[in-house]
Amino acid sequence: MSLLMEQALNGVQLGVTLFLLAAGLTLIFGIMGVINLAHGSLYMIGAYAMAAVAAGTGSFLLAFPAGLAAAGIAGVLMEYLVVRRLYARDHLDQVLATFGLILFFNQLTTILFGRQPLFVQIPDFLNGSVMIGGIVRYPVYRLAIIAVGLATAIGLYLLIARTRLGMLIRAGATNREMVRALGVDIRLLYTVLFGVGAMLAGLAGVMAGPILSVQVGMGEQVLILTFVVVVIGGVGSVRGAFIGALAVGMVDTMLRAYLPGLLRQLMAGPDADALAAGLSAMGVYMLMAIVLLVKPQGLAPAHG
Amino acid sequence: MKLKNSISAAALAFFVAGPALAQQPLKIGMVTTLSGPGGYLGQDVRDAFNLAIELEGGKLGGAPVQLLVEDDALKPGQAKEIAERFMKTERIKLLTGIIFSNVAGATVPDILDNGGIYVSPNAGPSNFAGKECHKNYFVVSWQNDTLHESAGQNATNLGYKKAMVLAPNYQAGKDSIAGFKRFFKGEVVGEIYTRLDQTDFAAEMAQIRAAKPDVVFQFHPGGLGIAFMRQYAQAGLLAEVPMVVAAPSLDSVILKAIGDAALGVNISSHWNSDFDNASSKKFVAEFQKKYNRMPTYYASQGYDTALAIAAALKATGGKVDNADAFSAAMRKADFQSVRGSFKFGPNQHPVHDWYSLKVEKGADGQLGIVTKGKVLEAHGDFYAKDCKI
Amino acid sequence: MDDPSKKSGFAPRKNVRSVLLVALALVLLAVLPQLAELFDQPAMVSLATRIVILAIAAASLNLALGYCGLVSFGHAAWYGIGGYVVGILYKHYVSGDPLFGLPLGTDQMLITLPVAILVSGLFAAVFGALSLRTSGVQFIMITLAFAQMIFFFFVALKAYGGDDGLIVRRRNILPLIDARDGATFYWVCLFIAIAWFALLRRIVGSRFGAVLAGVRQSERRMAAIGVSTYRYKLAVFVISGMGAGLAGALMANHARFVSPDMLHWTQSGEFMIMVILGGAGTLLGPAAGAAVLILLETQLAAFTEHWQVILGPLLVLMILFTRGGLSGLLKLLRGGSNG
Repeated sequence: MSLLMEQALNGVQLGVTLFLLAAGLTLIFGIMGVINLAHGSLYMIGAYAMAAVAAGTGSFLLAFPAGLAAAGIAGVLMEYLVVRRLYARDHLDQVLATFGLILFFNQLTTILFGRQPLFVQIPDFLNGSVMIGGIVRYPVYRLAIIAVGLATAIGLYLLIARTRLGMLIRAGATNREMVRALGVDIRLLYTVLFGVGAMLAGLAGVMAGPILSVQVGMGEQVLILTFVVVVIGGVGSVRGAFIGALAVGMVDTMLRAYLPGLLRQLMAGPDADALAAGLSAMGVYMLMAIVLLVKPQGLAPAHG
Repeated sequence: MKLKNSISAAALAFFVAGPALAQQPLKIGMVTTLSGPGGYLGQDVRDAFNLAIELEGGKLGGAPVQLLVEDDALKPGQAKEIAERFMKTERIKLLTGIIFSNVAGATVPDILDNGGIYVSPNAGPSNFAGKECHKNYFVVSWQNDTLHESAGQNATNLGYKKAMVLAPNYQAGKDSIAGFKRFFKGEVVGEIYTRLDQTDFAAEMAQIRAAKPDVVFQFHPGGLGIAFMRQYAQAGLLAEVPMVVAAPSLDSVILKAIGDAALGVNISSHWNSDFDNASSKKFVAEFQKKYNRMPTYYASQGYDTALAIAAALKATGGKVDNADAFSAAMRKADFQSVRGSFKFGPNQHPVHDWYSLKVEKGADGQLGIVTKGKVLEAHGDFYAKDCKI
Repeated sequence: MDDPSKKSGFAPRKNVRSVLLVALALVLLAVLPQLAELFDQPAMVSLATRIVILAIAAASLNLALGYCGLVSFGHAAWYGIGGYVVGILYKHYVSGDPLFGLPLGTDQMLITLPVAILVSGLFAAVFGALSLRTSGVQFIMITLAFAQMIFFFFVALKAYGGDDGLIVRRRNILPLIDARDGATFYWVCLFIAIAWFALLRRIVGSRFGAVLAGVRQSERRMAAIGVSTYRYKLAVFVISGMGAGLAGALMANHARFVSPDMLHWTQSGEFMIMVILGGAGTLLGPAAGAAVLILLETQLAAFTEHWQVILGPLLVLMILFTRGGLSGLLKLLRGGSNG
């Protein structure tokens, strides 16, 4: 029982990490119609900036905002210099230009920080593990990730549902041309939004820094899974991204945790392990295929 | 344009009296991985190889040499292309440098079929170690399986009875588990295959905790290993279940990235920077002086490769035209390896000692990898018996 | 201006100059091995072979992408499957082990190439049928995700080398000619490429091609006039996948090696770059794109290990300032209108 609960928590934790990435990607796509492959690079920039500041100052409290700021600034620059010119282009140009950005950011990071992965310390107050409800012992840092992820989800909901910016976001997602026609300063709105999306990716990078490996190419590792989340949830929908992220996190974790055991009932140990590994690797993609068969627009599409 | 990567040996040769004055430097081709996450491996191999050339004043074994280096970006196709260009356009016969087994698998047969000689500073895949071994193919590093065999022996020596093993679900991962099991005398209570694109190992940690093994053996290359180790420590498992790994899972670069989460982990390796022999001491000191960083064991292999080639060049008078003569000279392995004892087995893969190491905090509070003792002595590999040269 | 046949490099009859240019290019390509010998650049033949093969893949992708507007980010999958067909058949030929219980291994290129085309077409049909339920950006993402899934399948496929790949120790053979000779194999690839480009030209110029162009411009309009666009899109996706498979099979023969590397998503990205670089929706553009990208990569990589820091911004600039890739750049230089 406690094992099942622990695995469920693991699923949620993976889910909210994916949500942070998917939310930014889907937001940018939903409003601006830009598909940004370099979203993973922003995630990497957040993690690197955080690791560098933490190593330089020894303070997590400084490193945390530094990571967010670096990703945000990189995002705004990216929008201002490149992405801005891509709004009117088709997806193909967007994919390729941002693919070029990936090559650039990865190599630039190599030049600046070297090829070695960076070290990131977990802050002392988040180290160790606690008992939850007297059944499960769970690492504090992972609980913190869940908390930050859920808080961000709520914050985003409030931002979109309650603020003027959110109103423009909703309006923009429904009819981009109309918002522009009504005289809203679309340029500024887009730059701000791109910065927000970049900061969300940076936040994911900052949170992941201490538990993953901060290295060149870390962005592309999560990018594909983020795409799966966005497609399952419905492109352009933040609510969909949340649902999709939790579904992917849960399915992925549960398959890895329980499939080998189930298959071991049916066949010899090593064969079962190998087959289970193969099946669980494809599980998320299967989920995507099924969702698309039933609902081609995703679980919670943005437009109607 | 390749000047940047090469040692201007020609200039040095100018000052040497006698026939060397007119002698063109011997070109050696290095196809290695410099970009991407695995880039630091190739970087260390290249730098150490260059160091060996520099220490001899632009020569290896008395022959002026020029090292041409190109990045294969971990793409087998690109590596083949570079090797072909080296051999055809630059007329290079002697090649080295490949880091990853899949790149070697694609490139080495081409080099050998075209009459070249290949000396591996890192990858030693099993398919070239047994029946498919070749008289012009040398591995200075290790045969891949032996890394994990030594880890299995290490776990046995440390007295563990129940092991849980984890590796990514791909060829090298499966080989690592097979190698470990070959030398681990206890019981394997669980095998878990992870994914190459996996970043979160929480589900696996919970399974390990539930299975309560005596020891965990895991093989996760590069960034995967860093993530695994961190999450292992954060889950509080480091204190409960000790870990045994092979050298690639915890080199000095990875150790820096993991930090305290690696404290107490057992490693088995063929070289460590604290080795107490003259060759190793000189290498570590000179490497630090030149590059201002600690050499990894990859660097030691690059250095040993250069020394092995130097010894052979000395015997052939700096010539590689006659591949048979060069190979015969290589086979003698007449050089002072930084590992101490070293010779080639019947399949021209190393026969050497394996040591157990441990991550400990030194007197200065810095983490370091400390040599504890021998695990296997004069250990060859499993495939040597199938090789007929 | 949207009639694709007018945009193609082979402008029929009207433009004698471009016909002459193409003819000249063909002659140069045909005598390339001799030129390589003359200038003492023996590695050039191998490089040219690689470019010709990649041109086939890029042109196939261009059929779906440039002519029909299907932005597939997963063409490396069909390319890789084509390669694996050659690798797997060769492995069974050497070992003599039965495949699916039948003695199917072979090293005859006349068999392996068609099988590779068929198998990759089959896979493209299955995954295309699923992916084409979506459109736009979802289509981009889903083709990427499916290709990545196939990539991991081959990584885990231990029987065929898994991550280490499969070695095709000796190239497939052809009756009468010695394909194992570098220059001969180059000519074989060149011949196949020319045939493939001619076929593509036929397809684009046909009624089928006109429907594709219609789908690209406005799928809704095509549906409104009673065209079942799904069937056309699937058909073009499958043909495109077959072409990629053909290229993969040739590459497996050229490199004498297949590995999951061929299916990696960055390979899909490179195909797209080739198409864009040369100009999407032009017949010969992708071939030029393939040549430029490969030459750029090899030259930059020889120049500096940090070549990607140059290539990346170059790509971005190319896309930002030249619409239609190289042909757009040429137009820009000539002072003509852009786009």
